[in-house]
Parts: sequence; C-alpha cells; structure tokens
Amino acid sequence: MRLAVSLLALALAAPLSAEEIWVTNEKDDTISVIDVATLEVVRTIPTGERPRGITFSKDHSRVYICASDSDTVQVMDPETGEILHDLPSGEDPEQFVLHPNDRHLYIANEDDAITTVVDTETRRVIAQIDVGIEPEGMAVSPDGKIVITTSETTNMAHWIDTETRELFANTLVDSRPRHAEFVHGGTELWVSSEIGGTITVFDVASQAEKAKIAFEVRGVHPDRVQPVGFRLTADEKTAFVALGPSNHVAVVDTATYEVQDYILVGRRVWHMEFNTDKSLLFTTNGVSGDVTVIDVARREAIKTIKVGRFPWGAALRPGT
Amino acid sequence: MNFLVKSAALLAFGTMACAAQAEAILAVGYLKQAVVAPAVLSNLDPVPETLGVDGARLGQADNQSSGRFLGHSYVLDVSEVDPGGDLLAAARTLLATSPYLILDASADDILRVADLPEAQDALIFNASAQETRLRDAECRRNLFHTLPSAAMRADALMQVLMAKRFSRLALVAGEHPADRAFADALRRSAAKFGLKITGEREWRFDADMRRNASQEVPLFTQDLPEHDVLLIADETNDFGRYIAYNTWLPRPVAGSEGMVPVAWSRVVEQWGAAQLQSRFVKLAGRDMKNRDYAAWAAMRVLGEALTRTGSTDPAQLRAYILSPEFELAGFKGRPMSFRHWNGQLRQPIPLVTDRAVVMQAPVEGFLHQRSELDTLGIDLPESRCTAFKE
Repeated sequence: MRLAVSLLALALAAPLSAEEIWVTNEKDDTISVIDVATLEVVRTIPTGERPRGITFSKDHSRVYICASDSDTVQVMDPETGEILHDLPSGEDPEQFVLHPNDRHLYIANEDDAITTVVDTETRRVIAQIDVGIEPEGMAVSPDGKIVITTSETTNMAHWIDTETRELFANTLVDSRPRHAEFVHGGTELWVSSEIGGTITVFDVASQAEKAKIAFEVRGVHPDRVQPVGFRLTADEKTAFVALGPSNHVAVVDTATYEVQDYILVGRRVWHMEFNTDKSLLFTTNGVSGDVTVIDVARREAIKTIKVGRFPWGAALRPGT
Repeated sequence: MNFLVKSAALLAFGTMACAAQAEAILAVGYLKQAVVAPAVLSNLDPVPETLGVDGARLGQADNQSSGRFLGHSYVLDVSEVDPGGDLLAAARTLLATSPYLILDASADDILRVADLPEAQDALIFNASAQETRLRDAECRRNLFHTLPSAAMRADALMQVLMAKRFSRLALVAGEHPADRAFADALRRSAAKFGLKITGEREWRFDADMRRNASQEVPLFTQDLPEHDVLLIADETNDFGRYIAYNTWLPRPVAGSEGMVPVAWSRVVEQWGAAQLQSRFVKLAGRDMKNRDYAAWAAMRVLGEALTRTGSTDPAQLRAYILSPEFELAGFKGRPMSFRHWNGQLRQPIPLVTDRAVVMQAPVEGFLHQRSELDTLGIDLPESRCTAFKE
C-alpha cells in the first residue's frame, strides 16, 4: 500500500520537473542536463559561444549563462531551453555571482580587467569596477555586503564594497587564483591558486591571511596539483577541492585545514556542484569531456557521465 | 582613517594587503641590436620590426595592473642600435639609470654586455639567443635566460619522437651557423634519448626553390638511409619550408619545420593562454612569437619579484628569483622557475605545427627527481656553469 502511494506520488511528481545538474560545455557551445535520479544526460541545449559560468535565479525560473565569446550573459528559460534575452555583460564574461538580492549579477570580464555589475531587471550595467588582469573567481558574502573578484595574472583577491561598488582591499594570493568562496557564515574567505597549488584562507573582518592549505597527491608531481573550483558540504565542515590536471578531488576539513582524502575523478577536473540534499557531488572534467559523480558520504566516485567537449561550470536545478 | 590603520596593521602582519603606501618604481631597459637579416628563399614571412619589444610592453602592462594596487610602477626604456652601431655604449647608458636590462642581441653581443664593468651588479635577461653555451661553460652570474636553449628545444622534440616511437631519424641541416648549432643540439639530444640519426645531408643549393622544390628535394633526399622522421635544421627559415611533401620517402618533417619545438606560438591556447594571446594581439596587432614571449616573461619575472618582495634592489631580487619560493605563471600549464645552476627559466616546450599544438614536453613518463621540466636542457650534474656557485 505504502509502495503504491509513493509510486503515485512519483507519478504525480515526475511530469513537473526532475532534479537536474546543468553543465556548460565550453567547446561545444551547449549545456548538458543530467537527471540526478538516473544519472544520465536527458537534454542537450544550444547556447552562445564558449559557455562557462552558469547560475540559476533564486526561484530557478531563469538560468544565467556566461557566453564568453559571444560577449554576453544569456538568460534562458530552463523549462523550454529558450534564450529569453541577453544581458549586457561587458567583454568576455567568464564567471559571475548572483547577489543575494536576486537581482544584481557581478560578472568577471576576463579580457578587460573589469568586474561588471548588471541589474537583471532593468537589463542595464549599473557599475564597472577596475580590477586586476584576467578576473575570474567571483564570490559574494552571505550578507551581500562584500563581493570578491580574483584576478589570474595580477594574483589578487579584490574586495568590493557592494554599497559603494568600490574596492576597499586588494590582497595578494599565490599564482593564478581561480575560485573564491565565503566559508563559515561569511567569516572566512577561501581563494584557490591554480599555479601556486594552494588555497589561501582570509579572515574577512581584517582581510588578513589566516591559513594556507597545500595539497599533495601521491604519484603526481606537485606542479600538476592545481586547485581550481571547490564547494562545501551543508554543515560547512568539509570542503571538496578540484585539483585540475592531477585528476583528483581533495577532501578538506574546514576546521583544521587538513586534507583528509583524495578522490580520483576524470581528467582536468574544474568545477563542481551538489545535488539538493548534498549527498552527491558532480565534477566537470574538461579534458576527458565527462562528469564524475561522487558519493559524498562514502567519498567515492560512483559513476562517470559523458557530456559535451570541455565541460566547465555546473549548477543545480532542484526538482519540484 | 580607519582604513589606513587597518592597512598598517596588515603590513605588520606581512600580508602586503592594500600596500598602497609601499611606493616603488622599477625601471627596465630593453636593448635591441638590429641586424641585417640573412637572405632567405621566400619573402612570405617578414620578421616584425617590433619583435620582442611588444612582448616587453605587454609584460609592463601586466605588471602595472598588479602594481597599481600595491603602489608599484614599471617603466620600460627601449633603445635600439642600428646594425654596426655601438651596442656597448647604449648598454652603458641604460645601465646608468637601471640595473635591469632585457637584451635582444646575438649570443656574442650578449656576453659583451654582460661582461661590462657597469653590468656586474645588474640583472640581464637574454630574450633572443638560444645558444646552449650561454647556459653552460659561458654562463654569467648576471645573465638570466627566459628564452629556452637549443638543447631544451631539441630534448623536447626527441621526447615527443620517442613517445611516438619514431626511433630512426635523418637530418638535413643548412650551412648558417645557427643551423649548425641547432643540428648539433639535435645530434646530442638524439644520443641522450637513445634515438638514432641514420644519415645526414647538408643543404647547399643556391637555386630558388619556389620554382623547383618538387624536382630538387626528392633527389636530394633519395640516398638518405631508411628513417621514420626527417629532421630539418634551418633556423633562418630559408629552405626548410620546401622540404615537406617533396621528400623521396613519404616521411613527416620536424625540427625547424613541420613539428617545431617552440617557446611560444599563436596555436597555444590551453591553460588560459587564449587570454595572453588576445591581450598581445590587441597591443601589437599581430601574433605573439618566441622572442615576444621571452621578453614578456622577463618583465613578468621582475614584476613577480617586486610584488612578492616589495624590493627594487637587484641583489635582493636576484636572490628571490633563484629561490624555491619564486614561481611564474607562464600560461603553459606548469609553474616556471629558474635553474639555480645557470639562470635558465625552466618551462614546458610546446611542439607545434602551423595550426595546432601536437604535444607538449616534458612528455608524460619522462621522470626527474627534482622537476620533470629538468628533463629538458642542461641538468645540474652535467652543467659546466660555475658562475652561479656562490
């Protein structure tokens, strides 16, 4: 009886929408949509040129895509896959972050050394902030007061005050910073450095460096251990860090900054995304053109899913 | 006010955050000895007049972008000497204002400048001469090399040929000194990696190959012994372009033509290189070449050193760039650093055709106890350079 009821519930739920991971394929100009229940690609949607950063609006009714070589941010209806309109993004948008107000997109313009702020409602550029060369990593504090842009060649994290939209601090990190996240309720900022091979941890209140996390994969030369994207579990006790061409994901204790484990995934692992209950982690593997599914509790890779060429970004679309 | 106090506190921590107070100016001289280019058969590819200089300019702009957040400025002073002009006088003038000098000149001219009494405490970067001897017996304490040596290029090529199991090689070399030097590097490297050069021919034609390559080259290569790949040593780009598809045996060509080991090429696009390429094209209106890359790297080395140390003192910067702490992100997938025994920038070498990267050396499987990058070029145990021993 209970089975019948849950089957019925499933039957009712299924047509609405399944839980999905959306993956941008940088060299195919497409998005691969993975069904979390079946772990299979169910849709492939065309985008503008060189799609990289991807994020959903708060209610998941819109998906924003950095179409880098089309010099635009595309706004797509995730239901139909139709491009609704383009946002003025500045040149070569690579990565962005949506402010907690669900309205302002902070966009890194990789070729222009600028962070562009776009109002997604009026579709206007409301500010452009000069940052270092090749801005890429973008993060916003949980209270929305600080936005971070990291610059790959300048090797800095630039701290933007979202009230004044001006820089209030610039902090050096190791070579080629790629990704930034606020951790522990916004009291810490983590910045990964691809060539430096480290994550620098800053105390947000003082912008002072607090710790540095280093990685060491057995049998892989240190030069190839290149931290890029990373994500934290729901309790923020554990971080998963993509280590690029070492083809591993590191598991880091966020209290002690110690690496607990390394998980073998596909080649040149780049970014990652959890499913809704954060029991599964999906990593984009650029060179092998696939996505590795990691069982978060067991810390094991359980499946490889073929997607398009050079998968880059990943974003969750929860089921309804 | 609050902001200033905070910055001061951070400086005390040594994090160098918001160090707008630490004003510093780093001036760099760029000295080019113009040469009369040797005559070549084809006029298809003229050498850009701003070769090298444009790379230094981009390096300056890249440095400046970090510098403005730290209160550091970078000045580039370009000086060009006409063929036969007084290079040493120009070098003295530049060294009088700054101890940092990027040189675009021949190997012998570079040594003349490095040996000037005024240059003894300077940091000179060789961005133009691939002669291995400058990194070996003829190395100088004040001379660093951002351009890969001929030995590094040859080793990169041999690793790729070995990975592809092309073990029998034949060699065609020109008679220009640069061709002979590169041919020597290829021979030494083939021996190092256990590949066999089965036969050699020297290019001595003086005919115009645009008209008769298809008739001459098959005969020229006909009596070479059996080989898998034909190596070409033609560093002035004279005859090499006429060899491919005209050989007696259908064989791929590599070396100065075909698959070429380079410091840089427009076809390098991975590891964020696409961004460096587009910045360069925007600045120079042309593609970035080997010497541009070497000059860019020299500027970036100095920028990285000032950023991390906050110092403009040449002795301090020299010590820093030779230390294990130094690393440069050079858009070739691995951090680059200097060999402490001869001042050569260790770096990956892409093997390229006109249209794509074939492979990049060091090739997987070539291991080294210190850095796989040291499988390319002169390694510590074989180095005859003594100037870097303190």
